[in-house]
This record gives sequence, structure tokens and C-alpha cells, in this order.
Amino acid sequence: MNIVVCVKQVPDTEAQIKVKGDGSGIEEGGIKWVMNPYDEYGVEEALRLKEKFGGEVTVVCVGPARTMETIRTALAMGADKGIQIDDPALYNADAYATATALAAAVKSAPYDIIFCGQRAIDDDSGQVGSILAELLGIPSVTFATKLEIDGQKVKAVRPIEGAQLVIETSLPCVITATKGLNEPRYASLPGIMKAKKKPVDMKTAAALGVAAESKSKVAKFTPPPARPPGKIICADDTPEGKAAELAKLLREEAKVI
Amino acid sequence: MAKGVWIVAEQRDGALRKVSFELASTARKLADQLGEEVGAVLCGAGIEALAAELGKYGVDKVFVADSPALEPYTTDAHATAVAKAVKENDPSILLVGASAQGKDLSAALVGKLATGMATDCTDVKIADGKLLAVRPMYAGKCFGEVVVTGTPQMASLRPNVFTIVESAKAAAIVKFDAGLGEPKTKVLEVQKEAAGKIDVAEANVIVSGGRGVKGPEGFGILEELAAVLGAAVGASRAAVDAGWRAQIDQVGQTGKVVSPNLYIACGISGAIQHLAGMSSSKYIVAVNKDAEAPIFARADYGVVDDLFKVVPAFTGEVKKLLA
Ligand SMILES: Cc1cc2nc3c(=O)[nH]c(=O)nc-3n(C[C@H](O)[C@H](O)[C@H](O)COP(=O)(O)OP(=O)(O)OC[C@H]3O[C@@H](n4cnc5c(N)ncnc54)[C@H](O)[C@@H]3O)c2cc1C
Ligand SMILES: Nc1ncnc2c1ncn2[C@@H]1O[C@H](COP(=O)(O)O)[C@@H](O)[C@H]1O
Repeated sequence: MNIVVCVKQVPDTEAQIKVKGDGSGIEEGGIKWVMNPYDEYGVEEALRLKEKFGGEVTVVCVGPARTMETIRTALAMGADKGIQIDDPALYNADAYATATALAAAVKSAPYDIIFCGQRAIDDDSGQVGSILAELLGIPSVTFATKLEIDGQKVKAVRPIEGAQLVIETSLPCVITATKGLNEPRYASLPGIMKAKKKPVDMKTAAALGVAAESKSKVAKFTPPPARPPGKIICADDTPEGKAAELAKLLREEAKVI
Repeated sequence: MAKGVWIVAEQRDGALRKVSFELASTARKLADQLGEEVGAVLCGAGIEALAAELGKYGVDKVFVADSPALEPYTTDAHATAVAKAVKENDPSILLVGASAQGKDLSAALVGKLATGMATDCTDVKIADGKLLAVRPMYAGKCFGEVVVTGTPQMASLRPNVFTIVESAKAAAIVKFDAGLGEPKTKVLEVQKEAAGKIDVAEANVIVSGGRGVKGPEGFGILEELAAVLGAAVGASRAAVDAGWRAQIDQVGQTGKVVSPNLYIACGISGAIQHLAGMSSSKYIVAVNKDAEAPIFARADYGVVDDLFKVVPAFTGEVKKLLA
């Protein structure tokens, strides 16, 4: 089975995000970069499929030189090879342009299943997996929390409000991973050693024959709106007194109960 | 030239979902500024009667694809149908709900229509005749003002954030053939949650518990409060990973993003990944015995005390108020 995992490098979830003075972007200095947490579920699921059915796991990443570290992390977890698409023309690419580059890279090799994360925790856009599926003309199941493959048949579970859907589709397809799908493994020390020797193919947009044309852009970044400071309730010092005061404030001031 | 502000109306089991009215009301406002019409695409089986209801919230024209192949929702059938209507009528703006279904559908539409989208927006306006969409990014640590250069200009709107406004129109109904081929995906089964259970993503009020709740039994007092408030019960990742609550109840960066009117965090410290999921709530209450817990920096009302004493007392007070 030929398995592809799209991995993005994002700021660590704990990272402080500071908007540049001119609103053109965020300050990248001091940020610790990690693999998008949802992509870890994708890598893990890919490795489990490989362990079950055999085959090869390829990770693909669009981004600058620093993203090699994220590709190596996936290789250390057990993926077989990487493709890094590093092109300044794609540095501020939107979901459509990113998916176009990924589609071009994926098309050049055989694939049975492609994993993406449900969303990347930097742009929080949640589009690339679905666009990629459309560009390749294959089905997609998003937000998968369970996956079973039997021959060409794919069965996935996807939560919606108040229910879980059991969805059937067929290979090849795109699956976007979310928490619940599995518990991602850590890279082992031997894994980290081996990863250094695994092949990573370097590509540019031009080499892939894509125009990298974004269809949207963030015109301005702003800090989050300030929230007025909250009230600490201390009517009297008993839990009962505080509870009564809270109920009163929610009823009369906030008018939410 | 592209003209018209469109929405994708969302229905389930033959009823329109609230987010559809939020979308319609917002589209009406934008369309009035542009001097254009509001269109809605509605897909499903036996759903024509719902079209009139959309008129109440300002929709001028409803494009209806009615076919057994469109029920229940599948990505490829619905995206094919909506994309066909959009291509034939060329609206300038297309709004979709950032619900579970809408997130899936809208992203597939971006691919089919080769355009751009601002996801999970908390504000949309018209500036220089174009859509300007405001959305949280980096888990709400900053905001982005997005312009879409592709056509239509797509945005998905966070549920529960946009106001519903009635502005009655007699919505015209235009039926169209969705042009569906062989289905690529099908729904084998819909496993519904227990009757009466409110999903955190849809709740107006959420009572959420974290590690401070100490165990699955501790959630009993939160369930009691939730029952009185008609609220959903949410959980931090610590509570979910400990196996006390189901994954679907998790709020935060790797859980659900919610924006209820009232979010009551009990025994939750307020880690940045938790705040990512609930900081757009209108009112936030924190009950935590540690006065230094970061959740208090985001709370509108804070109670520094033992939740096992405060929550039952609060439930009693609310019962009195609502009696
Ligand atoms: C990649 C990544 C993704 C993550 N995604 C999420 C996510 O989606 N959602 C999420 O919630 N977290 C997420 N986390 C985890 C997050 O970092 C925190 O670990 C988690 O939110 C802590 O949960 P908590 O507040 O319940 O527990 P704690 O941080 O342990 O806080 C418990 C709180 O309860 C209080 N307390 C204890 N006893 C009482 C009592 N009797 N009365 C009142 N208060 C009491 C304590 O003072 C403390 O503040 C993520 C982490 C990572 C690295
Ligand atoms: N630059 C990128 N390189 C590789 N994969 C990406 C990139 N951007 C997004 N993806 C994939 O698409 C998913 C969703 O991203 P997004 O649509 O940006 O939220 C991610 O979890 C990745 O799997």
C-alpha cells in the first residue's frame, strides 16, 4: 500500500504569538516549531496501515528549510521517505495554492491513501485535505476518529453534532485525521538515527509545474480584542454566598440565565 | 460579473438548523450594503417546504436540489450539487456554516470552485465592495482580516456568533437538477447520541469540567447543574484523556471550538489549548480553588473556592431563580 501523509510545521501550541507592528504577519523569532498535532495522528495511522498491509509511507511538506526537521520527525517515527516543497513563492500560500502543490507532488508517484490533519493549528483553516481530494478527483472523509480498510473498501467514523457517522468509501481517498483516531508513537532513538539516512526529495513549485496562485490572503493580522477584566466574586467568604452572588450577576448583569 | 450573496442552508432530518438562519441574516445585511440579492442553496430529499422558512430571514431566492441521493448528507453529493448551482448563477459571495457538516462541505467546495475561503469567521463585512472576513487564527492568539481574490468569495461562519434578524421576504423557489453521478461515499450508519444529550458545539450554555472534578463521579454535580440550565457538559483534555468523559465532549485546540452565551469552567486551569476552544464564548465563569489559575484572566466572573461546594450551591440558587 502506498501511503502519503501531508505534514505541516506549526508553532508549538504553547508558543506566544506576537503580531508584527505593521500587521503583515507574526513575529517568528523565538518560536519553537513542531509537527501539526493532527498530522501526528495521520503519520501514526499511516504507519499502522503499513505494518498491517506492507508498503511505503511518504511524507510531504510545503514550507521553508526549517520544515526539514518536521519531515525528519515523521521519518524517525517510521515513515520511509520525504518530499520537501520549498519555494518562496509558496511561503504565504493559502489553502488552495498549498493543495495545488501537494497534488502535483502526490501525482508523480502511485498512492492508495492520503492522510492530512483535520486542520493546521496555525492558520486554523481546515481546507487543504478536502481541496487536495478534489484536485485529485478522489473522495475524502474528514475528521476521522476511526478507520478500517478491507481490500478497496474504506470505512471511517466521523463525529457530527449529536451523532457519529459511519461512512463508506473506496481507495484511493483522502482521510483527515482528528484526535481519537489513535495515540501517536514517539520517535525511538534508533528511529532518529535511521531517519538521517532516509531519502528526502527537494522540489520547487516550478519543478512541479504549479503556478502557486493563492485565492485568498490575510490582509492584516491583529492582536485579539482585549477582554475587560473579570470580577472575582467575594460577596462573603462562604461558597454558598459566592454561589448566590454568581447566580445574581448572571441573571441581572449578564442576563444569560 | 459575479453578483449576489449566497448561503448554503443546512438541514438535518427535514429541519433547518439554526446556523442557516444566522447565515441568512448575515447575508441579508451584506447584500443590502451591496444592493444585491440573497440566494440560498438547499439540498436534501423532500425539503422543498423549508425554502419558505428561509424567506423569513431575508433570502430572496432558494435554489433547491431535491433528490433521495442528497439524503443523508455526503460530501461528494452535496458539494457537487452546490458547486453546480454556484457555477450556473455566479454569486459573488458564498457563506457556509462552520458546523461539522459545513466545515466538510465548504472545504470541498473551495476545491471544486477553485477559490479561496476564510474559515470559522467571527465577523464579516463589506469594504470597498469586497468581502472582508475576520477570523481567529493561531487558536485565537491573533486575528486575521481575510480578503478572497477568487470567485465566489467564500467564508464559513462560526455558529452561535452571528445575530439572527427576521426580515420577511417571499422567497422564490428555483428547483435545479443536481447532476449527480455514481456516489463516491455513502453513510452506512448514523449512531445518535443518547436522546436529550446536547452537543457542546450547539449549546447556548456549557458546564465544563477538568481535572479538578477528580473523577467520573465528580461530573455528577456538573450534570445536575447542566440539567437545570439546559446546558451541555463539556470537558478539558485532561478529563477526556483520563477516560472520565467522551472525546466528543472535549473543548479546546484538539477538541471542539465552542461559542456559547455562557461557559462555566469548573476545575479547569485554563491552559492555552483549552482557551483556544472557548475564548469566543460571550460570558465565561471560572470556578477554581487556585486564585492564580490562568482561567481567571479570561473569566468574566471568577469564584475562587472548592467546586464541590460552589457548584451544588449554585445549582440550588439557579433553581430558585428559575422557579
Ligand atoms: C497539542 C496539545 C493539544 C491540547 N489540546 C487540548 C484541548 O483541546 N483541550 C484541553 O482542555 N486541553 C488541551 N491540551 C492540554 C492542556 O495543555 C492542559 O493540559 C489541559 O487543558 C489541562 O486540563 P485541566 O485544566 O482540566 O487540568 P489542570 O491543568 O490539572 O487543572 C485542574 C484545575 O483544577 C483546579 N482544582 C482542583 N481541585 C479543585 C476543586 N476541588 N475545586 C476547584 N478547583 C479545583 C486546580 O486548581 C487546577 O487549576 C492540549 C495540549 C497539547 C500539548
Ligand atoms: N504547508 C503544508 N505542507 C504539508 N501539508 C500541509 C500544509 N498545509 C496544510 N497541510 C495539510 O493539510 C492539513 C490541514 O491544513 P489547513 O487546511 O491549513 O488547516 C494539515 O494538517 C496538513 O496535513
